[in-house]
Amino acid sequence: MPDLIPLLSQILNGLLAGSYYLMIALGLSMIFSLGGIVNLAHGAFYAIGAYLAVTLADRIGFGGALVVSPLIVAVIGMIVERYLLRRFYTADPILGLLLTFGLAMVAEQGLRMAYGAAPIPFSIPPELRGQVFIGDFVYSRYRLIILGITALSVLGLWLLLTRTAFGKVVRAGVQNPDMVGALGISLKPYMTAVVMIGVGLAALAGVLIAPIAGVHPAMGQEIITFAFVVVVIGGLGSFWGVVAAAAIVGMTRGVAAHFYPAATEASVYLLMVLVLLMRPRGLFGERIQKFE
Amino acid sequence: MTGNTTPDHKSLSRRTVLKASAGITALGAIGAPAISYAQAETIKIGHITPRTGFLGPLGEYAAQAVQLAAEEINAAGGVLGRRIELILDDSPNPQQASAKAERLVQRDKIIALLGEISSASALAIAQVVQREKVLFINTGANSDALRGSDCQKFMFHIEAQNSMYVKAVGRSLIRDGLVSGKRWYSLTADYAFGHDLLNVAKRYMAANGGNHAGDDLIPTDLADFSPFLLKIRQARPDVVCLNLAGTQITNFLKQYAEFGLTFPVAGFGFDTALAWGAGRGNFGGIWPVVWHHLIDTPGSKSFVSGFQRKYNRMPENQAWGDYCSLKIVAQAIAETRATDPVKIVEHFEKGAKFDLLKTREGYFRAKDHQMMMEMYAITALPAAQIRNQYDIFTSSPPVPAANESLEVIAATDDENKCTFRA
Repeated sequence: MPDLIPLLSQILNGLLAGSYYLMIALGLSMIFSLGGIVNLAHGAFYAIGAYLAVTLADRIGFGGALVVSPLIVAVIGMIVERYLLRRFYTADPILGLLLTFGLAMVAEQGLRMAYGAAPIPFSIPPELRGQVFIGDFVYSRYRLIILGITALSVLGLWLLLTRTAFGKVVRAGVQNPDMVGALGISLKPYMTAVVMIGVGLAALAGVLIAPIAGVHPAMGQEIITFAFVVVVIGGLGSFWGVVAAAAIVGMTRGVAAHFYPAATEASVYLLMVLVLLMRPRGLFGERIQKFE
Repeated sequence: MTGNTTPDHKSLSRRTVLKASAGITALGAIGAPAISYAQAETIKIGHITPRTGFLGPLGEYAAQAVQLAAEEINAAGGVLGRRIELILDDSPNPQQASAKAERLVQRDKIIALLGEISSASALAIAQVVQREKVLFINTGANSDALRGSDCQKFMFHIEAQNSMYVKAVGRSLIRDGLVSGKRWYSLTADYAFGHDLLNVAKRYMAANGGNHAGDDLIPTDLADFSPFLLKIRQARPDVVCLNLAGTQITNFLKQYAEFGLTFPVAGFGFDTALAWGAGRGNFGGIWPVVWHHLIDTPGSKSFVSGFQRKYNRMPENQAWGDYCSLKIVAQAIAETRATDPVKIVEHFEKGAKFDLLKTREGYFRAKDHQMMMEMYAITALPAAQIRNQYDIFTSSPPVPAANESLEVIAATDDENKCTFRA
C-alpha cells in the first residue's frame, strides 16, 4: 500500500504538530475555567516570549532564554492579573473580552514600535539541528525536542493540579468558588498563580517556536485562534480534553494538507463546527456550575 | 451566567469602562483636527498600504520610504514652490482599502494615491481612482491581471508584474539547468496574487521545457509548513518554486532548512526583508527582485545612506518602490507644471523617463501602464561567506541586459492584454 504512506506520514506529523498549540491552549483553558475570562491577549504573551528569547539568547544562550523568558513573562502576567484581569472576574464576560482584545492590540503595536514590523532573524542553535528518519518519514530533531518539553510541561501541570494542595484548591475553585470561599480560602492568590503559569507556558511555546517560524509582531495572532479552537473542541475544564483536541486538530490539518491543501486551516474550523453541533460542551467538557 | 456575581461589582466595572471609553473618545476628538492640518498651498498625496498581517512588515518599509522621499522633496523646496503633504493610512483588507481610498480622495482631496502591496486590495483601489479620476501608482501588487483584464487608465505600476518576476529569475534558472526537462514543484499563496503568479509561472516553465510535478495552494494564515515539506520530499522534484508572499516566505525558509531538504529552491516573487528575517543559514535559493541595496549606482547609494540615517536599518525592495513613486509624481508635476491627474496621466503615457536608481532610466509602457525597468535575480550566499546580516546574496547583472530592450521581460499582448475603458 504505497499510497497510504504519504497519508500516514501526514497524520503522524499532524499529531506531533498538535503540541505547538497545546501549551498555549492549556493556559487559555485554565484561565478561563478558574477566572471566567477568555484571554484574547494570550497570543501576545507567546509573542513577547519569542521576542525576549531573541534578545536574551545573545547573552545567556538559547537554554538560558528557555528558562528566563517564561519567568519574565510570568511576572508580566502577575502584574496584568493583579491590576487588570482581577477587576473583571465577576463582571459581564464581554468586558473581559474587550480588555484582553485591547491588551493584545497594545502588545502587538508595542512590539512593532520597539522592534519594527519586519521579522527578526533567529535560528535553531547548531547543536539542536538535524533530522531523524523513520523509514521514509523525515522529522526535525528540534521538533522532537519541542515535543519532549511539551510532554514534560503537560505532565508537570497534571501532577500540580491533581497531586498537590494547590491543585485541589484550583479544581475546587473551578467547580464551586462560593464553597471555596465559605471554607475560608481566598481564590485571589490562586488565580494569580494560574495566570502566571498559563502565560508562562505561552511564553515557553514562544521561545520554542521562535527558531522555526518568523518572529514578527503578529505572530501571536497566528497561533491564538488555533489554540482557542483546541480549547473549544477539547471542552472547558477538561485537562485531557485539551490534550486530545490538540492531537485531533493536528491530525485533521495533516489529512486536509494531504487531500485538499487549500483547506489546511479551514478544516480545523469545520471540525470545531461538527464537534459543537454534536457536543456543545466540547469532546470532554465538564459541566461547570458557574458557566451554566 | 456567573453564579457569584455581586451587582455592585458589575455596575462598578461597567461604569469604569464607560468612563474610560468616553475619555478615549474625547481624546480622539481633540486629536483629529491636529492630523489634517490642511493648508491651501500644499500638494496632497495619499499613501495606503497594509501595516498589519502577513504583508505588514513590507508595509512598514513602504510607509517609511515614502516619508523619506517627501522630506527630501520638501527640503529641496518642494514642487512648483509648494510643499508635498503626505496623508498615510493602512489597508488591512480590500474592503478597507477601497473605503479608505475613497475617503482620502473625497475628504482629503488628494491628487494622487501611492502604495498597496496586496493584489486584491489594489484591484479594489483601482476602481475607486478610476471613478474619482485620481492618479494611483501601485508600488507592491504584482498580479498580471492588474495590468491586463483589470487595467485602468488612472492606475500605473512601478512594482514589476508577475511576468517580469518570472522572466527575470527564469533566465538564472535556465542558466543553472533547472528548467528544461526538469520537474518543478510549487507552493502557491491562495489569493489573487498567488493564483495569477502560478498561471504565469506555468506558462513560462512549459514554454521552456519544464514539467510541473505538482502544486499546493497555501492558505495565507498558515504558519507551519511541515505538511508541505513532507509532500515535497515525497515528490522529489528537481526544483521547488515558491509563489508565496510576506512572512510566509520567512516561515518557509526557516522550516525548509530545519527539515534539511536539499532540492534547489527558487521563488517567483520575493522581498529581501523576509530573507533578512529568516536568520543565518536559513536563506537559500534564487529569487527575483526589482531592486536591492547592493546596486552600484550613485542614486541607490544615496537612497541607502539616507534611509539608514533616518531609520537605522537597511532599505529593501518595497522601500524602493514607494520612495521612487513619490519622486516620479513630483517630477511629473514639475515637468507638466500641473497637479491635474489627467495631465500627469498624459505625461506618463507619452513615455516620460524617470531615474529609478538603477543603471537605465525607466518609463511607463503606454499600453498597460507597467514601468519598464531593469530587474535582478539574487542568489543566496552559502552561510560561510556571509559577513553581515544584510549582504546575504549575490546579484545577477541587470535583466534585461544593456543591449536589450527593457520590454523583453514584460508580458506580451498574447500573454496579458490591457484595454482601457473610457
